[in-house]
Amino acid sequence: MLLLSKKQDWLGNIRGDVLAGTVVALALIPEAIAFSIIAGVDPKVGLYASFCIAFITAIIGGRPGMISAATGAMALLMVTLVKDHGLQYLLAATLLTGLLQLISGYLKLGSLMSFVSRSVVTGFVNALAILIFMAQLPELTNVTWEVYAMTAAGLGFIYLFPYVPFIGKILPSPLVCIVVLTGVTMYLNLDIRTVGDMGELPDTLPIFLWPEVPLTWETLKIILPYSVPLAVVGLLESLMTATIVDDLTDTDSDKNRECKGQGIANIGAGLMGGMAGCAMIGQSIINVKSGGRGRLSTLVAGCFLLIMVVFLDEWIKQIPMAALVAVMIMVSIGTFSWESIIHLKQHPLSANIIMLATVSVVVWTHNLALGVFVGILLAALFFANKISHFMYVGSVMDDVTGTRIYHVHGQVFFNSADRFTANFDFKEAVDKVTIDLTHAHFWDISAVSALDKVVLKFRREGAEVDLIGQNEASSTIIDRFGIHDNPEEIEKVMGGH
Amino acid sequence: MTKEKAQVLACIDGSALTESVCDYAAWIAEKVDVPLKLLHTINHHHETSVSSDLSGNIGLGTQEHLLEEITNLEQQQNKLKMQQGKLILQAATEHIEKKDVFPSSTQRHGDLIEAVIDLENSMRVLVLGLRGQVHDNQENKIGAKLEAVIRSLHRPILIVNDSFTTPERIMIAYDGSKAADKAVEMVATSPLYKGLTCHLVCVNNNETTADKLLNQATAILQSAENIEVIPAKLRGKADQELCAYQDKHNIDLTVMGAFSHTRLHDMLLGSFTHKMLVNTKKPLLLLR
Repeated sequence: MLLLSKKQDWLGNIRGDVLAGTVVALALIPEAIAFSIIAGVDPKVGLYASFCIAFITAIIGGRPGMISAATGAMALLMVTLVKDHGLQYLLAATLLTGLLQLISGYLKLGSLMSFVSRSVVTGFVNALAILIFMAQLPELTNVTWEVYAMTAAGLGFIYLFPYVPFIGKILPSPLVCIVVLTGVTMYLNLDIRTVGDMGELPDTLPIFLWPEVPLTWETLKIILPYSVPLAVVGLLESLMTATIVDDLTDTDSDKNRECKGQGIANIGAGLMGGMAGCAMIGQSIINVKSGGRGRLSTLVAGCFLLIMVVFLDEWIKQIPMAALVAVMIMVSIGTFSWESIIHLKQHPLSANIIMLATVSVVVWTHNLALGVFVGILLAALFFANKISHFMYVGSVMDDVTGTRIYHVHGQVFFNSADRFTANFDFKEAVDKVTIDLTHAHFWDISAVSALDKVVLKFRREGAEVDLIGQNEASSTIIDRFGIHDNPEEIEKVMGGH
Repeated sequence: MTKEKAQVLACIDGSALTESVCDYAAWIAEKVDVPLKLLHTINHHHETSVSSDLSGNIGLGTQEHLLEEITNLEQQQNKLKMQQGKLILQAATEHIEKKDVFPSSTQRHGDLIEAVIDLENSMRVLVLGLRGQVHDNQENKIGAKLEAVIRSLHRPILIVNDSFTTPERIMIAYDGSKAADKAVEMVATSPLYKGLTCHLVCVNNNETTADKLLNQATAILQSAENIEVIPAKLRGKADQELCAYQDKHNIDLTVMGAFSHTRLHDMLLGSFTHKMLVNTKKPLLLLR
């Protein structure tokens, strides 16, 4: 099933896909190298990973036109693993990550994305942009003025070159930046750091390698704490990117298939000596912008990247780090959601708090999974708080029978249970109390025990308590909502609100 | 599904066959006395890009700008397509109204297959041209989406491939299969076939089987009022013999079951329905 795809997904846009794939491949090379450096491994690990992941997701991914490769979000999570245990454990962790993602695809966990609110997504994206930017800082501290000049010139090329008439729109400006800066470095024989200084580049096609780690519990104990966040962050970024591509191209994608695709891609990367990766927001936008829509664009990007790297490795070694830094700053600027800053004023405070909390936790811990977790938690709490306001208790006195009648309206659950209790006047001396629950919804056990408490309290004060509409109120305390999908059932349960 | 709502759905796209699709649809609508609906779909080619900027950089707000740009381009394109579709529908409506049939029309975005599946519940019969715009006037080609449409629906589908002549002699291709039985039953019960001559044709190399099959079916058809039944036995290759018979007896319309095998089976052995679609010169009414 995973191999089945529509013909037009492959061949519907051949010219656009090949061109866009080429542009993306050129931009992927500096990124893959930069992310390898972040993770602390040789550039070839990121480059092999980018090829494997792009190649596999092109064929079996759920979102045609999305670019997946080695990413910063994932690289940041593996830093300590590489430092403490070395590359082989990273490859093993990558395999396990893929396996976890594959399982989550079969368990259809992609649908859990609905719990990730818009603010959390924005926070994630902004945090990612900040982290990518921060990862460039080591290259920019304690260096000579030439590096600053080169980086500034690189950024100039990237953003100004497209304004050059005619060639500006056909030559990718990041490529121009890299070529020119490499040329200048070689011509002037500048003594600045180049890609060749950062580690080994690929000189052959990737080969099948089983990670050289002992297959023991000890190994699992080492890699699992890395694989779980890697799997979570990989899926999160992939599904978010898929949504962005969905929006841009006005088409739907298969999210669960994407989870499985990411899983198999990471398994493939792990077996071919690559690090774990996922979908890339920036590259996917570049792909769509360049006219890429189909699976072919991702495939071309992956294959072209590998060909270039293997055959041009002598040249790639000469690329100055400053050029790479310029490209990465572009990626970070492009990933950042500028809109979210403008919208800070218009959005409700709770949304801003969720977004900023997500960003701060990520920037503080360098772990996107934690940031998203905090964001989701906050979003849930804010929602519970909002909904708890939709509850009030009114009361009337029936003088003839000497009965106090309370009418409860709205949502009673853990968060509004105390307020529910506080609405009853236990000091009033009455013979009879009637509590009308017809228009209330009891969502959980806290609500029921709050009601029990109220009834007990009235009885202790010496009143007779009568409950009306208990069944209607408690019909929402169910964990299986299957039957409530049709409008009549919903009307029956939620009627009157 | 309520009976009142069932209607004749005619799919038109402005190709050469559009006019006769309208004519046949109007004929059915009038005889069966159900409303006629014209459908035009606006196909969005999402798989192709509308713009291409190879500058390969991203900056602040690139995503938002890109979305805005693509949206604008697509808006213009689709407005134009919608306008064209409206003109096609209008022309078709005027053409049909000359026959005192008053159709409603609808326009839907997306794929034809999706659109007809969405409308399946309110559909009694679908009328469709053999070729669409893509293969317009290419004699030996059939429409790109035809098979997929036929396979995805469970309603009778009339495939129009020629200009309209009021059907007088119809032919049922009968082989004793479930679909063929359904065809016989439908011809016997539907008001559409009242007053027509019906050739019941069985292609089978075994005479006794053919006789047995024909007897059963003839009995069913004769029980219906106002249909003249002419049974016939043929030997040989079904598609060639049926087409030859069609020519010889001036058949105006052929009723048959369609695509009763899986795609895989057809891919390996060739599909009878597909051969009939390519070879027949007169409209086919297909039953699934």
